[in-house]
Amino acid sequence: MLKAKNIDFGYRADRLVLSDISFEVMPGERVHLSASSGEGKTTLARVLAGYERPLSGEITVDGDPLLYRGVCPVQLIGQHPELMLDPRMRMSDTLAEAAEISSELNERLGIREEWLARYPHELSGGEMQRFCIARALMANPRYLIADEISTMLDAITQARIWKVLLEEVERRDIGLVFTTHSPALAERIATRTFRL
Amino acid sequence: MEEMRNMNTMPCEMTSHEQDHSTSKKHHHHTHAHSSAHGVGHHLLQVEDLCVSFSMYEQNDSARFGDYLRSEKHEVRVIDGLNISVHEGEIVAVVGASGSGKTLLADSILGLYEPNSLVSGCIWFDGQRQDAASLRRLRGHEIAFVPQSVKALDPLMNVGRQVRGFTSLNGMSKRDRAKRQEELFERYGLPADVGKMYPHELSGGMARRVLLCCALMTSPKLLIADEPTPGLDLDLAVTAMEDFRTLADDGVGVMLITHDIDLALRVADRLAIFKDGSVIEETSVAAFKEGALETEFSLQLRDALPEFGFIC
Repeated sequence: MLKAKNIDFGYRADRLVLSDISFEVMPGERVHLSASSGEGKTTLARVLAGYERPLSGEITVDGDPLLYRGVCPVQLIGQHPELMLDPRMRMSDTLAEAAEISSELNERLGIREEWLARYPHELSGGEMQRFCIARALMANPRYLIADEISTMLDAITQARIWKVLLEEVERRDIGLVFTTHSPALAERIATRTFRL
Repeated sequence: MEEMRNMNTMPCEMTSHEQDHSTSKKHHHHTHAHSSAHGVGHHLLQVEDLCVSFSMYEQNDSARFGDYLRSEKHEVRVIDGLNISVHEGEIVAVVGASGSGKTLLADSILGLYEPNSLVSGCIWFDGQRQDAASLRRLRGHEIAFVPQSVKALDPLMNVGRQVRGFTSLNGMSKRDRAKRQEELFERYGLPADVGKMYPHELSGGMARRVLLCCALMTSPKLLIADEPTPGLDLDLAVTAMEDFRTLADDGVGVMLITHDIDLALRVADRLAIFKDGSVIEETSVAAFKEGALETEFSLQLRDALPEFGFIC
C-alpha cells in the first residue's frame, strides 16, 4: 500500500499548497485524484513520487519509507513530457537508464525504432510522452502516478496508450493514481475518486 | 523570420457568393452550418491550397566526417493542399491526429514561418489577399492568438503586464487596459495578486488562463486558439468555450484547434478533421455526434473518445 500520512507541503514556508493530506492506494486500485486547477494535484503527485520532500508527514511504500535515492518504486509520468526528459540525452540513453530497452513494449506504445536515436526536441509532445510512459513501466514500479498524461494526445492515441497502460497495471498489479480534467476519461478508468 | 516565399504560385480567384447556401451544400471546398454568415459577401478567412514544407538534411549514417558535411538537403512536405474557411460568427473546430500539422496551420495564418520552411498557397482575410508581411501586421490586432505552449509567456515579465499589453499595441488607455485585465482575471477565477506573479510561479492551468486573457484583451475579428484547454478543469474549460461562443455570436470568427473534441462539440458549428497535413473531412457537429461520417479515420477518431467508445 502506498500511504501518505498528514502531508504538509509548500514551495514557500508561509504558503502551504498541501496541508494535512492523508491518502492511500492499494495495489491494483486505480484512483482518480480530483481537484480544481491550481489546487495542488501536480504538487501531490510530485511529493508521492519523491520529487519533493514533504515539510511534515510521512510517505510509506508497502510499509517502508519512500526512497529518495535510486530507482523509486513510485514512478511519475508528468503533464509536460518536454520537462521530464534530459534535453542532452538521446531517447535510447534515457530509456536505458531505467532498464534494458524492450522492443516489445516500445512497439505496443507505438514508439518507432528511428525515434530512439533522436533528442527530445526532435519529437512531438505525444511522441515524448510515449517514452516517458515506457521509462516509467521499465523501472518496474509498484505504484504509478499519471498526471494529465494524455491531454497532448489525439483521441486515438489517447485510447491506445491508456489501453497499454491499463493492461500493464493489471498484469503487474500496480496501484495507479491519475489526474485528468475529462470526466468521461476518469469514469472509464477509475475504481475510486479521491477529492483533494 | 523568413518571408512567405512563393505565396503567389497558385492563381486563385475569389468567386462571388451568389450561390444560395441552402441549395449547394458545399462550395469553395467547404460546407456550411446554419450560423455561417458571409458578412459583406466574402469569407472572413479563406485558406486555399496551402502547402508547407521544410527543407531538411538527409540522414547520413556514414562514419566519415566529410560525408556528414556533404549531406544532401531534401524537402519534407507537412501540409499538403489544405483548404479551410472561417466565416463571421462561427466556430470551426480543427481536430485530428497529433503531429498532423494543426499548429503549422495556425502559424501559417499568423505569418509565423520557420527559417527553413517553404509556404505556398492563398490566404484571404476579410476579402483581402494576404502575404507574409500583411499577416504579420494583422497579428495581435485583427487576428488574436492563443498559443499552445505555456512557454509563450515572457518569463521575465509579471503576467499582469503581459496581459495588459501596451497602448501602442492595442490602442487602449492605461486605465482601460487595467480595468479589462481585472475583469478577465475575475472571470477566469485568477486572484488579483496573480497579476504580480511570474510565469514559473503559476500552475499549468493558471498559465493557460493567462494566455486566454491575453487574447481576449482586444476585440479581434478572428481568434485562433491552439489547444487552449489542457490543464484547465472542466468548469474553466467550459467558461473558455462559452466565451468563444459569445465572441462568435458577436460576429467574430473562431478557429479552435483542439484534442478536446467533447468540449468542441459543445460550442462549435463545424468540425474540420485533419490528417497528414490536410483536411480530410468537414462535417457538422450533429453529424459527428451521430457518427454520420464519410471517412474511416473520422469514425475511428469518434469511436476512440471516452464519451463514445474508447475503442482503438
